[in-house]
Amino acid sequence: MKDMIRKATRHVNQNEGLIFEKSSTGKAAWKLPPLDVPEIDASKLLGSTERKDLGNMPEVSEIEIIRHFTRLSTWNYAIDLGMYPLGSCTMKYNPRVNEAVARVEGIANGHPYQPEKISQGALQILKTLSDCLIEITGMDAITLQPAAGAHGELTGLLLVRAYHHSKGKPRKKVLIPDSAHGTNPATAAMVGYAVENLKSDARGMVDISALAAQMNEEVAALMLTNPNTLGIFEQDIYKIADILHARGGLLYMDGANMNALVGKVRPGDFGVDLMHLNLHKTFSTPHGGGGPGSGPVAVKKFLEAFLPKPVVVTKPDGTLGFDYNRPQSVGRVRAFYGNFGMFVRALAYIQANGPEGLRQTTEDAVLNANYIRKGLEGAYDLPYSTPNMHEVVFSDKLQAKKGVRTMDIAKRLIDYGFHPYTTAFPLIVPGAMMIEPTESESIEEMDLFIDAMKSIAEEVEQDPQTVLDAPHSTRVSRLDETAAARKPVLRWKPTA
Amino acid sequence: MRYLPKSPADREAMLKALGLRSVDDLFAPVPAEYRLNRDLKIPRQMAESEIMDYFRQRSRENGEGYMSFLGAGAYLHYRPVIIDSLISRGEFLTAYTPYQAEISQGTLQSIFEFQTMICELTGMEVANASMYDGSTAAAEAVMMAVRLTGRRSVVVARSLHPEYREVLATYATHQDMPLSVANFGGDGRLNLHELENSVSSETAAVLIQSPNFFGTIEDAAAVADIAHKNGALLVVSIAEAVSLGIVEPPRDAAIIAMEAQSFGVPLGFGGPYCGVIATREKFVRQMPGRLVGQTVDKQGRRGFVLTLATREQHIRREKATSNICTNQALVALMVNIFMTVYGKVGLKELAKQNLAKTAYAAGQFARHGKVLFSDAPRFNEFVVETSEDPAAINSRLLGHKIVGGLPLKKFYPELGNAALWCCTEMTTRSAIDTAVGLVAESERSVKSAKEEAEEVAR
Repeated sequence: MKDMIRKATRHVNQNEGLIFEKSSTGKAAWKLPPLDVPEIDASKLLGSTERKDLGNMPEVSEIEIIRHFTRLSTWNYAIDLGMYPLGSCTMKYNPRVNEAVARVEGIANGHPYQPEKISQGALQILKTLSDCLIEITGMDAITLQPAAGAHGELTGLLLVRAYHHSKGKPRKKVLIPDSAHGTNPATAAMVGYAVENLKSDARGMVDISALAAQMNEEVAALMLTNPNTLGIFEQDIYKIADILHARGGLLYMDGANMNALVGKVRPGDFGVDLMHLNLHKTFSTPHGGGGPGSGPVAVKKFLEAFLPKPVVVTKPDGTLGFDYNRPQSVGRVRAFYGNFGMFVRALAYIQANGPEGLRQTTEDAVLNANYIRKGLEGAYDLPYSTPNMHEVVFSDKLQAKKGVRTMDIAKRLIDYGFHPYTTAFPLIVPGAMMIEPTESESIEEMDLFIDAMKSIAEEVEQDPQTVLDAPHSTRVSRLDETAAARKPVLRWKPTA
Repeated sequence: MRYLPKSPADREAMLKALGLRSVDDLFAPVPAEYRLNRDLKIPRQMAESEIMDYFRQRSRENGEGYMSFLGAGAYLHYRPVIIDSLISRGEFLTAYTPYQAEISQGTLQSIFEFQTMICELTGMEVANASMYDGSTAAAEAVMMAVRLTGRRSVVVARSLHPEYREVLATYATHQDMPLSVANFGGDGRLNLHELENSVSSETAAVLIQSPNFFGTIEDAAAVADIAHKNGALLVVSIAEAVSLGIVEPPRDAAIIAMEAQSFGVPLGFGGPYCGVIATREKFVRQMPGRLVGQTVDKQGRRGFVLTLATREQHIRREKATSNICTNQALVALMVNIFMTVYGKVGLKELAKQNLAKTAYAAGQFARHGKVLFSDAPRFNEFVVETSEDPAAINSRLLGHKIVGGLPLKKFYPELGNAALWCCTEMTTRSAIDTAVGLVAESERSVKSAKEEAEEVAR
């Protein structure tokens, strides 16, 4: 089948060692200006705290650094190269104007402690983005401080805890569906809550009767991803909210999949009390190989007093400022005000879209996921027939009969010129293949993907070994992860 | 919408292929009463040129063109232009977390180099791939020490960045981690006598910052002695990474929690920055965050993978070492490139320039005002006490397009009219002289006003 691959062609890429292997004494990529103050004697100023030696730090020239990192970059797959269908990760186009505006002088170089009088530009950005996100989510107030989605979850559960504390009823546990991201239970543990698993029903949704049975005055909140990690909208959301609220619990929404809802439906309108957003998913800020993210938390009015401090306020003279006097606040979750550079990018994205662009984006994301689903039905097992929104989860059930698992198919996709889908998640689907095309894919790109997946399914029937040994076209073949964990080598060391 | 690769005809064709009449059919799972049947009330769609104009305007309202003496956990250093050239490559910018190692070797190898250089600079044996920032890294480092020792209480130096202390307090609230604070002495460093009294057999960790919030270099070895005598671990926060070019790292620490913003990361009004945790090999399994390790492929070629994932939330869920998932990878790449550019010799020379500017400035200020904590070595920050409220002096300095030092009253009421000043290689002598001139003027006028009042009284 390899001769049928239409999306990619192999080409030479450069070898490159570690930067330390290029280092030699006397090479330099830096030049400092002459000092305009008197020279100093460091040993006199620092005494015994003076450092004499910087060990094995490299000494290389600028052209070597450019080539080094450029070569490394060519070993990566990226959205800019093609479809990146990682389910739940929302690998959408990262607009370049976002990068341009984040680098404008006063925005890139503003100091977090510069006087408010000369910070009105940054404050205006914080305020405008906050207003937009509040409108998009249908909530009443927001904090932009959390640095990523998991950090937003932490903030959210701190708010939940503070709220229950203020009611004088400390509660003990948080309900989390079995389809949830691992960050949900890990977060609950950090806030001192016990985690209680909530099972899904045959439709892939929260089991309402199980929820009703498990809900009691010990439950602080339910952490619910909606649409959930199967890409399914929780149709009984109002019942879920009612069951929680009737016993004083709160509904926390993990907003990882908010890109399925923007402009079409607002969590604040369907009973959510608080939620986080991932600006690096829904609002197009780049993933950058694993961050930075940004995880604002939007809340209903009754939780506003507990938000992390400071909050942005409009002062009597009409200018903006920070309010630190928040006696009920959960405190700070991060120094300064959050990942400001990501706020700039997210706001630029919202401006480039406007109301109709955001709505069209959501519609296209859902349309694309359904197009993929239709294209692959039959070739792969679809464990839940419930309609899906922005992503679709297949399983390797058919291929497993030939000994080929989701990870093998994923690795084979690499040979076809695609990044794999998300493997083995959510946990409720054995051998899960979680596919999220996002709105950024054209019909042509998706047709190539569907062809590739179907071709792999055929290979599994005819020549499973080719799939089991994949990838065949990469710089390195499958890497020995067991050895890496058993005897960890976590840094370079000079050979003696 | 210019980001969407579809024509109206494409959409029609796709709907037809799905057997749907309209896009609304796709949203049928959403109960009708919750659907939004109006436009969102957000700004209208804007052209790229309008977006650029909007942010240029905000930039003009945001301290553009001011010379600043602010540090306090966020430092202005020169950023070599190749940092942005390289991180702007789409293969770095628009890649996900490198879970699929075969097509992520670029990101993985660069993180491996990052981990190595952080180890070299901190004197530690292992470093992770990054944390959100210095404040959360410090909090997570302390939680790690709690797990390592099986003890719960923590002693925190009051000379640790006040906002880092606030973050730690937030994290500790629901973890049964009692915090106590040890004050600083007359030299601005942690009062060792007070520390001795605070540390006990219950103490998991002593957390200090060095150079500390006042720019003063702590006696980490002496702090470590006291901690170790009681079986506690020393955790050191380093907020000014450039100091590592000329200041000995705290080699007695069990864990170092860094903010690496100084290494090529724009000030950006407070973020994104780059936290990182470094520690000893024997502690690695309690370390939070991602780690890259070296291994081989089937043909025996060197390659890199994310490793020791059983510490992490996606495997261990509620038993994970932390809930951290997304970290600061692209910012860590900036840091990595910066460290590579300056390297073994450049980092030292850069640190030396910081030291020289600061020594000059502190000397000049001392001629007219009072420079506190001068009995201990400092790196690139110092505290100036004035007779007048520093906020008043600062507002006059703003007229010269200079942002003065950070008034400390908000964080340390007992320091009264003190302010924290920072000089880096970017600070010009003329800005220093202007600032010193205004402080001198202020001192003179306070003095003459006082003399006048005394005259009248007489």
